[in-house]
Amino acid sequence: MTDVNTSAPAGDELPEGYERQRMDVDVACVGFGPAMGGFLHTLSQGLTNEDGTPVAESKAMPGMPPQVICYERADDLGFGVSGVVTKGRGIRASFPDLDLTQIPLATEVKHEEVLYLLDPVGASRRPVLMRLADKALKIFGMARNHAFKLPYVPGFLRKEPGILLSMGQFNQWAGGQIMAQGQAQIWPGTPVAGPILSGKAVAGVRLQDQGVDKRGVPEAGFMPGMDIHSQLVVVGDGPVGAVGRKLDEQLGLPAGNHAREWAVGMKMVVDLPEGCQLKAGTVLHTLGYPEPEIFGFLYVYPGNVASLGIFVPSWFDNPVRTAYRYLQHWMQHPVLWKHLKGGRMRSWGAKSLQESGKRGEPFLAGDGFARIGEGSGTTNVLTGSGVDEAWTSGVLLGVSVLELLKADQPFTRENIEKTYVRRRQESWLEREAKIAEKARDGFQNGVVQGLIGMALTGLTEGKLFWPGASKKPHERIPSIESYFQGRISAEEIAAIRKDCTAKGLPLHGALMDRAGWPKVEHDGQLLVSHQDALLMGGKVQAPSGYRDHVTFKSHNVCAGCGEKVCIEACSGQAISANPEGGAPLFDREKCVHCGACLWNCSKPSPGGGESSNVDFQAGAGGLHSAEN
Amino acid sequence: MKGLQIVVLGSIVPDPLQTLEPVSGPTGPALKNELMLPAVLDPWAGHALYEAANLAKKVEGKVYLVALGPKAKLQQVMMNVAQKVPFEIVVLDGPASGFADAAETAAALAGGVEKIPGLDKSKLLVFGGWQSASRGTGAVLQMVGELLGITDQFQGVDEIAMAEDGSFTVLERIEGGSYQKSSCQGAPALLGWATGNLPEPPNNPQVGMQNMRLIMPALAKATPAPLKGEGLKYAGVELPSQRRETRVVKNAPVEDIARELADWIRA
Repeated sequence: MTDVNTSAPAGDELPEGYERQRMDVDVACVGFGPAMGGFLHTLSQGLTNEDGTPVAESKAMPGMPPQVICYERADDLGFGVSGVVTKGRGIRASFPDLDLTQIPLATEVKHEEVLYLLDPVGASRRPVLMRLADKALKIFGMARNHAFKLPYVPGFLRKEPGILLSMGQFNQWAGGQIMAQGQAQIWPGTPVAGPILSGKAVAGVRLQDQGVDKRGVPEAGFMPGMDIHSQLVVVGDGPVGAVGRKLDEQLGLPAGNHAREWAVGMKMVVDLPEGCQLKAGTVLHTLGYPEPEIFGFLYVYPGNVASLGIFVPSWFDNPVRTAYRYLQHWMQHPVLWKHLKGGRMRSWGAKSLQESGKRGEPFLAGDGFARIGEGSGTTNVLTGSGVDEAWTSGVLLGVSVLELLKADQPFTRENIEKTYVRRRQESWLEREAKIAEKARDGFQNGVVQGLIGMALTGLTEGKLFWPGASKKPHERIPSIESYFQGRISAEEIAAIRKDCTAKGLPLHGALMDRAGWPKVEHDGQLLVSHQDALLMGGKVQAPSGYRDHVTFKSHNVCAGCGEKVCIEACSGQAISANPEGGAPLFDREKCVHCGACLWNCSKPSPGGGESSNVDFQAGAGGLHSAEN
Repeated sequence: MKGLQIVVLGSIVPDPLQTLEPVSGPTGPALKNELMLPAVLDPWAGHALYEAANLAKKVEGKVYLVALGPKAKLQQVMMNVAQKVPFEIVVLDGPASGFADAAETAAALAGGVEKIPGLDKSKLLVFGGWQSASRGTGAVLQMVGELLGITDQFQGVDEIAMAEDGSFTVLERIEGGSYQKSSCQGAPALLGWATGNLPEPPNNPQVGMQNMRLIMPALAKATPAPLKGEGLKYAGVELPSQRRETRVVKNAPVEDIARELADWIRA
């Protein structure tokens, strides 16, 4: 075994007879999500004067209007996952006459509840304070269906009046509006390999090579990824996007900032059973079960459809933190199952969420680039909202880019800071992000401290918080033996590890069975195998001709890894144990591109820094559902 | 032969792996949540389009795509297809559910072809899918040919070889895994493509940008093609029952796969 990453180097070397093509545009955008929707919508609306002439001339194609191109990794717009509840301030400002009936699955928020879930099966690892609270709730008869409904929804969590959206449908709708204006082109199925850097300046982006094998080696039909040169690169490729992360690696983050807090959100869209009592516009937030660290949500769309799911955070120190099985246990909690039993999975998927908020904010501007959206630290970690914040960051950049275009000013760091960064710092986005900045610090010490800390921050508008020192994700993860100490012996864990590795299986199934979690009885509709969720819900596909986008930097490090959290936490079972040892195996055809492997690795990068031993690139394929 | 006009007829179908559920709509059968289902270019039409582009490159011809479907969905799908090969599009804004009447669909498509500016039938090759993934009747393509007065029609085509004088030979699939080789003196002709021999072209941003300059205006002035379906009645629409038992097994010997399939059919 050699201790090398076997992927082809991502350099300028090309096989003889091939040339890397170049194209010039004015604005190259990476990733189409809500932030890019806000940017492109705002830009498109302002690029033409009232008399129909363009407000500026293209520098890439003189005589033409500015050429604006957006590249999206996924195979279509809106292929992703998320039900969303949002106050929608930014979105409503962009669409003053917003008619929710035009966006499939969208509706107004009508009823909101927060439910504290008790443990009905006795397998949850609850701290003493929580156990006492559970007992008290039972003794005083305050828990119905093993759940306690909070008497009120704290103001900082409340979204009413607000909007319920399917992220996929909203993105498709927004993309359609933008493309119909004809000022910007949005190209799905086009993963970007990384930025074209010139020192600290960004000169454009390079697209991924096509016609290569899984290692990136050219095959028949090889087409080197094109270099797209542009005056401005707008980076909105999310927290696991290749361009944003590469910039963070090269430029670092502003002093004191870090992007260490993460969560994987695993979600479903469900056709509720006939006669279900849940009304459209209902929003349920849950906490406490299946593990205290896992939060859940259930939003009811029109047409007896619900979007539901859980968040498994990086500070849940379980090395076998499988979101899929926890999701199944969460759905079967009595207070939820009474509504869901008999329902049918319509869509399923997972996504990594960057939960560092303001503290994870990178350099928002530089020569030739600007950052927007979740990857730029827009998520508000107190209110738990990110879509409207991301959209608003895009709007602020859109206004700023128009200002610079009209003034014929170049996209230098100074000019972008004077316009976009200044606008952002003066906006509600920044004011609220500052209040929320330390809201979740308490979770570094424990879930109870975290909840108290959030309440303190929320109720005092950021004046009080529960302190906690942040660690890199891989520094938090304990060994499996240590996590299950007192419940499963080291000898038994060794036997389970040996057996599962030989079969190419993750360990979480056997360990959770052994820890007392009941077997999940599949009903073929809602409770299905993980693989069926990929097919029935995610409709996961991968086009051929692209390299593996998940690789392991040092195979020796993997060989010595006892946890292999990448396998346990993989949302699509795309990473599996290698019976021959060494690095785990990766199957691109199952990957949902959630990026959980990136921050669920328990080993630091051999190269040092904040990153882990997993390398995560932008790849084509993944979820093929836009209903989420 | 230079200056061929190759017109590809093709529309959209639900993306593979989507759950299709027939429902009764106001105008007859429809698919549940059809507008929310992701769509792709009908794979059979895709083969025809890539073959058309390949041929056009060789003979300095031009490719047109005449597409009948909901405009908004077509716009979305074109953002993928337009990156593949150069073409101009004619948009007919109508249904693409597969429940439309074949004759009505054919008439709309033939009308769309006739309206192509500068159409010269002596240089016209009409391409399309031999089959369709849209639950179609498999009859539309032939009818379009008849409406356009094209009598030389070939179905199940996997290859075309064109000579300098414009005559060509085609390989058509026939029973028993064989090919029938036919010769044709030249355009006009209609070819219903099987899979052809070409791989799906890679996404080329330059091709995409070039195509979109004409695609967006074409979408903006799409011709309405509401297919009324008068005289068409469906006695019933249902999906075949299916049993899902997923296992992902890689590198299984073909004998094992065949044995398992045979056991399943016997059961």
